[in-house]
Amino acid sequence: MGKITRRAFIGTGLLTSGALVIGISIRPGNRAKKVASLISDPEEHVFNVWIKISPDNSVTVIVPHAEMGQGIHTTLAMMLADELDADWGKVNIQEAPAHQEYANHMMLKGFVAGDVDFPNFLVKTVDGAFLKIGKFMSFQVTGGSASVRFTGELGMRWAGASTKHLLLTAAAQKWQVPKSELYAVNSFIHHEKSNRKAPFSTFSKEASLLDAPSSLTLKTIAEYRLMGSSPMRKDLPPKVTGKARFGIDVVLPNMKYATLKNAPVFGGKLISVDDTAIEQLSGFHQVIKLDNAVALVAEGYWQAKQALDKLIIEFTRNDQDTIDQKDIFNQLNDALDKAIKSDNFTTDLELVNQEYDVLTSSSYTANYQVPFLAHATMEPMNCTVWLHDGICEIWIGSQNPLGVRAAIAELLELAPDKVFVYNQFLGGGFGRRSETDVALQAALIAKEISAPVKLIWSREEDIQHDFYREANISRFNAVLSKEGPPISWTNQFLFKHHPPEAAHIPYSIPNQLIQYTETDLHVPWGNWRSVDHSMHGFFIESFIDELANQQQQDPYQYRRKLLKHQPRFLKVLDLVAKKANWRAPLPHHWGRGIAIHKSFGTIVAQVAEVAIIEGKLIIHRVVCVADAGFAMHKDAFIAQMESGIIYGLTAALYGEISIKEGAVQQRNFNDYPMLRIQETPKIETFIINSLEKIGGAGEPSTPVIAPAVTNAIFNVSGKRIRELPINQHLLTV
Amino acid sequence: MLDMIALNINNKMYSIEIAPSTPILWVLREQIGLTGTKFGCGISLCGACTVHLDGQPIRSCVMPLSAAIDKKITTIEGIESVDGLLHPVQQAWLDEQIPQCGYCQSGQIMSAVALLNANQNPTDDDINTAMQGNICRCGTYNRIRAGIKKAAVVMKMDSKKQENG
Repeated sequence: MGKITRRAFIGTGLLTSGALVIGISIRPGNRAKKVASLISDPEEHVFNVWIKISPDNSVTVIVPHAEMGQGIHTTLAMMLADELDADWGKVNIQEAPAHQEYANHMMLKGFVAGDVDFPNFLVKTVDGAFLKIGKFMSFQVTGGSASVRFTGELGMRWAGASTKHLLLTAAAQKWQVPKSELYAVNSFIHHEKSNRKAPFSTFSKEASLLDAPSSLTLKTIAEYRLMGSSPMRKDLPPKVTGKARFGIDVVLPNMKYATLKNAPVFGGKLISVDDTAIEQLSGFHQVIKLDNAVALVAEGYWQAKQALDKLIIEFTRNDQDTIDQKDIFNQLNDALDKAIKSDNFTTDLELVNQEYDVLTSSSYTANYQVPFLAHATMEPMNCTVWLHDGICEIWIGSQNPLGVRAAIAELLELAPDKVFVYNQFLGGGFGRRSETDVALQAALIAKEISAPVKLIWSREEDIQHDFYREANISRFNAVLSKEGPPISWTNQFLFKHHPPEAAHIPYSIPNQLIQYTETDLHVPWGNWRSVDHSMHGFFIESFIDELANQQQQDPYQYRRKLLKHQPRFLKVLDLVAKKANWRAPLPHHWGRGIAIHKSFGTIVAQVAEVAIIEGKLIIHRVVCVADAGFAMHKDAFIAQMESGIIYGLTAALYGEISIKEGAVQQRNFNDYPMLRIQETPKIETFIINSLEKIGGAGEPSTPVIAPAVTNAIFNVSGKRIRELPINQHLLTV
Repeated sequence: MLDMIALNINNKMYSIEIAPSTPILWVLREQIGLTGTKFGCGISLCGACTVHLDGQPIRSCVMPLSAAIDKKITTIEGIESVDGLLHPVQQAWLDEQIPQCGYCQSGQIMSAVALLNANQNPTDDDINTAMQGNICRCGTYNRIRAGIKKAAVVMKMDSKKQENG
């Protein structure tokens, strides 16, 4: 790009602890062209790409993240509007277009640099470096429960505060009064002494000419007006009337519809297509051969699907055609055995703090296993592409619109500025919509059609051609002293994606060895809500529960003792035990389980109450306590806790993608079932605002529910579930 | 085979030339342009495509258009009152901040409206029976239950007002 002026770049870097590096100070005549589509009225002044103040005094907040139900558009806008003291009723929200300017370096910085706080004098340098990486990687991703933590805390709040500072400075000049006598409320600036007040927009022009302030102070919690409250999410009204436009709802003139059949076995290639059966069909039908799939284009999805099903398609056979699920688990176990034999592990964490006598201590071992999981977003995969006049226009609901843009530009050999991505609402993301596979297929199909094409995958393709949470195994060994805490904790497993600390434990155990090895699976891997935590939460919190049982201690008290040095964890654990009435007696055939896990900066503890009645498992109630530092939008945060619990519970109870002859066996919601309303437990969520560093909301409740439930099953039945899903086990009491 | 088929959708008449075996879902979305009704599974397992046929909830992804001849189809776009006010179920969905991604909610709302039209005082079991065909991957089920109960109260008050007025 290279067009960002040095001045704008430095100015914002000095101003905002880095937050506004990508965005601030876009003034008419400067970089405004790139964001011209966001400026509908020449009278409007764009202070920066995060915010726009219109002549009617409405404030538009531009949010660089996709809305997939987590309420992020509203939450990020709240953070900015609160610092700006804007009138919430006149705040509009727009999603940032997929421009390089929005490359989300805030998030990258959070991920790459971890929780490091940079000294002020370094901020500029660090942000410059990360901005470059962000642009290079085309990063505008929504995921990692990162939006509020990084874009919000580092970007939105600083943008709001600096804009308010500019407006107050401009007003002080215009009214010839000291700035300290001015204050802002609901998008108006007030001067009490002279009894004057005027809307923000009065000062837009003057403010846009000012130099950026060199320092700023953000609001303290006592000054929050919006943050921490639960205003109506702004994405909701169109979602109850059917007017919300998801990717699949896009309609363009003369648009054709495509659907396709992917090679059933991953890695398979297309050999031939016999289309004699569709030759007699009336209406437009076109077969398009892709490298590993056959697409059929027609006047409608149904027509395309009917015709596709009539084709006789031959795909290559390959070595993977003979792989069954048991072979995969054998492969995983073999890989682990081999690594143990040759000590060929990567060490994740090693602590050696206490010697012990093997003769007076005992050793306890357990092995765990989890299956592949698909995402199954409610909205099937789709993408609409229109190639015309040397440009490529794309309509999609994506967690990674810049990635889509870059991938398509490369595929079609177009300059990135000839590729336009219009991001729509996402009918569920959960990580699946961070991939670019469907967009690339749509672009290849569009190349053959002189009209816009909407590619829609069937649910069967969605289940069978996902990027899956991997199947995995995890082996534990603990050395236990007769009394007191465990002496050592050894955990060996396969694969490491992210976050890097997913397998780490908060418990005070003096000797720890956590290590992993790798093996190649032919099943494609993808980010699945909470990623590595989705397994390790289950592994760790099950095994610690086993140790409590081995040492004949109450699982809550046992964890408590091992968390003595972790006051934040203790608070969460104690509150969940209290709210769940941990010690209260339960009806016959009921059990309780507890689990706690920190992920994406948020500590979540849950207690599950279950019953086993005539072999049938009923989840009655889940009590959930979360400390995310501060819950920005209280209700949306609670909703995310509930959502993550249901998502994780569905996987724990039923989730299993299995491989047969190289291909996924499951096809639709009949054999990849979802939790439904009648199985849904009562969920009670409690928030602790510890004011520690802000954590995520979208994922942290997911890893905790499986162990809470399996620990409860152990509590009522004595049966320890070491392999998910739960429904493959016979349960009796 | 293409036939000319007359349809009543949201009290508006349409005439469409199409194979009568085409599922109602695709006609609504692609021919009529009513995209509020969603495709989810294609085999009547998820409820995202729920619409009313003469007031009864049906899964439009498997119901052929021929089944709708001489009947009334009602979609999510057709449940607001004539003066544009939200249906009490839609209002309750906002009040309880139910939708997350929102994709399944048209189907959820249509199932809930059908339930409340037939049953003013639904028990939890009634709600389970009426709503178990609708999947929500965001897991908004408890809020849906609360929303139905809230809408039930409003609808009862409204019908009392109508009786009295």
